[in-house]
Amino acid sequence: MISNYEELNDMHIDVLREIGNIGAGNAATSLGMILNAEVDIQLPKVQISDFDTAVNALGGAEAMTVGVLLNFSGEANGLIMFLLGMDDAQNITSILVDDGDDGGEGLSEIKRSAIQEIGNILGSAYINSIAQLTGLRIEVSIPYIAIDMAGALLSVPIIQFGAIGDKVMFIEEGFFTSERKLNSNVIMFAEVDTLQRIMGRLGLEA
Amino acid sequence: MNGLIKVGISDYAKARAPETIVTYALGSCVGICLYDNAKKIGGMSHIMLPESGMAAKNDNNRMKFADTALVDMTRDLVKMGAGRLTAKIAGGAQMFATPNMGPMGNIGDRNVKAVKSTLAMLKIPIIAEDTGRDYGRTVFFDLNTGIMKVQSIGKSTHEL
Repeated sequence: MISNYEELNDMHIDVLREIGNIGAGNAATSLGMILNAEVDIQLPKVQISDFDTAVNALGGAEAMTVGVLLNFSGEANGLIMFLLGMDDAQNITSILVDDGDDGGEGLSEIKRSAIQEIGNILGSAYINSIAQLTGLRIEVSIPYIAIDMAGALLSVPIIQFGAIGDKVMFIEEGFFTSERKLNSNVIMFAEVDTLQRIMGRLGLEA
Repeated sequence: MNGLIKVGISDYAKARAPETIVTYALGSCVGICLYDNAKKIGGMSHIMLPESGMAAKNDNNRMKFADTALVDMTRDLVKMGAGRLTAKIAGGAQMFATPNMGPMGNIGDRNVKAVKSTLAMLKIPIIAEDTGRDYGRTVFFDLNTGIMKVQSIGKSTHEL
C-alpha cells in the first residue's frame, strides 16, 4: 500500500509512463485530426517533484499560459490539464479560426472556445484510453478554461493533490507539430487510491 | 535595495528593512504579509490549505497550512524583536469556474477564511486585503515601507 507519491517505486513509474504513452497516443491522434497535421508526442515523463519544481517544469510561475482543466471521477479520481503558452494558443487557433483577430493581448472569445474544445477532446481521449485499458468506470467533467500565470493555474492541482505530502506526481506529455510550431503539455494528476486501483487492474501490487 | 527574498509554495520568509520579499503567482493559495511598522521587521507566508487537520499523518510541513504557518511565523517574528504586528493578505482566487463540489469546495475562499480566523485568534489586525476573484497574483512586500504590491496579468499593479 502506498500513502503518498514518494512511495511509488520504479516499476509503478514504468507502468504510469506506459499509461501516459497510451493516453497521449490517443490524444495525439485526435489532435492530428482536428489540425489536419501530423502530431508527435514526446516520451511521457512521470514527475514526482516538490511544488515549486513542478511549476518551474511546466513553464515557470509567471509565464502567461492557457489552461484547460477536466476533472475525472468515478472509479478513478484526478484531473487532466492541457497547457500551452499564449503564442502557441494563437498559432493553434489561427489554424482553426480566421476571425481577423491579430492576437494582441489575449484571445478572442471564439479562440478561447476553440482551445477549450481542443482540451476537451485531448483530455477525453486520454481518459477513455485509461478506462479501456483498466476496465474502470470513469466520468469526465466538462472542460474549464483559464488564462493566467502558470503558477496560479497549477495551484489548483497542487492544492488538490499536495495535501497528502510535500510532493505531487504528474504524468507530462509534450505534443509537437513540426509545421505549426505547436508546443503544449497535457498533464495528469491522480489520487493515490486511483493509482493503486489502476495498478491492481493491471495485475500489479501497489 | 538588496536582492529579492523568494517565498515558494508552502514556505515563508522573515526579514528586516531594507529587504523585499516576493511570492510569485498565487492562485488559490494565500500570501500573508505581517509587519511591525516601528521596527521594520516583517515576514511573508504562502499557505496552500486552511487547516493542519487536513494533513496526512506523516505530513509535518506546518508552512502548508494557514493555522500552523501563521502561528509559527508570528512566534518567529516576535523572537526577532517584533512587537505590534499588522497583516496584509492577497490571493485565494478561484482560477477555474468549476462547481464547488468535492472534498476541497472553493478552496481559495476557505483559505482566506482560515487566514482571517487565525489572524483574529493571534489578535493581528488585517489592514489591507486583495483576495478572491478569478485571477493570479504576484506579491511583493517592501520592508522599508510595509507596502504590499500586487501584480496580475492584464491589470494595473496596485499598492496596498
